[in-house]
Amino acid sequence: MNEQPTAAPGPVIRLIEEFHKLPGVGPKSAQRLTYYLLRMPAAEAGALAEAILEVKERIVFCSTCQNVTETNPCRFCDSDRRDRSMVCVVEEPMDTLAVERSGSYQGLYHVLHGAISPMDGIGPEDLKIEELLGRLRGDEVSEVILATNPNLEGEATAMYLTRLLRPLGVKVTRLARGLPMGGDLEYADDVTLTRAMEGRQEVQD
Amino acid sequence: MTPPRLYKTEAIVLRQRKLGEADRILTLHTPTHGKLDAKAKGVRKTTSRMSGHLQPLNRCMVQLARGRTMEVIAGCETLESFQRLRDDLDRLSRALYAAELADRFLPERVESVAIYRLLLGTLRRLQSDADQDMVLRYYEMRLLDLSGFRPELARCLGCDQPLQPQRNFFAPAAGGTYCSSCGAGAAGSRTLSLNGLKVLRLLQRASYKETGRLSMPPALAQEVERHLRSYIVYMLERDVNAAAFVERLRREQQPLEV
Repeated sequence: MNEQPTAAPGPVIRLIEEFHKLPGVGPKSAQRLTYYLLRMPAAEAGALAEAILEVKERIVFCSTCQNVTETNPCRFCDSDRRDRSMVCVVEEPMDTLAVERSGSYQGLYHVLHGAISPMDGIGPEDLKIEELLGRLRGDEVSEVILATNPNLEGEATAMYLTRLLRPLGVKVTRLARGLPMGGDLEYADDVTLTRAMEGRQEVQD
Repeated sequence: MTPPRLYKTEAIVLRQRKLGEADRILTLHTPTHGKLDAKAKGVRKTTSRMSGHLQPLNRCMVQLARGRTMEVIAGCETLESFQRLRDDLDRLSRALYAAELADRFLPERVESVAIYRLLLGTLRRLQSDADQDMVLRYYEMRLLDLSGFRPELARCLGCDQPLQPQRNFFAPAAGGTYCSSCGAGAAGSRTLSLNGLKVLRLLQRASYKETGRLSMPPALAQEVERHLRSYIVYMLERDVNAAAFVERLRREQQPLEV
């Protein structure tokens, strides 16, 4: 006797389930992606599968800055065109992309891989803080720029790092917090406005 | 009559988690609608008009739209941002602990004006008062009271006799105190010093102003904190995450003994 047939062939269901595991992908999006792939030319689908495997096989974490990289040390840490006296501390690898895009920074990076979030049980021991302290033992680095996000977790992380770094005698700076381009003054909250007022600068000619 | 789709309420933001590309789900504590989840759209973009107003621990006026699964935040404005809390890691970590406790003890969508007032008062005290740990101990005891977990501190839970002024026992699993003879073998019971008992009783019946005059030696403060914490963990059936960070900061602040 035949069993009740499943709603879709086994491999299709399996792919839907795999997509469903990704962040921000619900059951409907997973189905849409799967059926789109079914109609895709085999070569394109193969390229996608290869790209996924390649990322997993060839990408490692840089042993110095903890950023994702193909080579260890990474292209920033290995470059002689970057300013080795500055380290910009960010939460996630994606944040280095944002800073690079701006073109305004020529120093090195350090990726924490998260931010302190006490209510979620994420503490300093879950971040790459020991690795950062290790980099500061020599006297090559003279300035650490804290570029964690300007939200509660990022601020807590920056305050915690400040406590640890100050006694080491290294200059510690924090990215300015204030009004974003394209924003409206009337919608700004008090904290942002206070920070913007504190960080105001004399207009240069 | 169906309730209006849009309504306005005051709220304290207890916690947040990311959703999709640029959204967040916030857990709000409102006085009359209780604790509820609300979706804040687009608040992770730098140009969001709402993100600064919706940081955890902010007290704000929010306009909520009833959605299919949860409310959606239509507008908001800060009432109180507790900036002094945010600028001091010790105060901030304790405020997060207070918010986490409120989140864990509050049921969803049940009116809770008293706990709202307690939490608000606690955040204000954490901002200004010197003895931050006393603020938390008072908060813990009042929160237990208001959520129906008031511990017994007058009588022995074994023989029902009033406690004698001597060393007794405290047993979270039983819901309070044991006398010196009943408590020795009781499950999970730990010794409770006479001064420890006095402080716990004071926290239970006095106003905050009265407890503010109390100054405890470190060993006694630790004992009171330990008993209250073990009671809370037992009632919640889980650890309080933020407590670990508070303890870590305290440990790292202490000068190393030579």
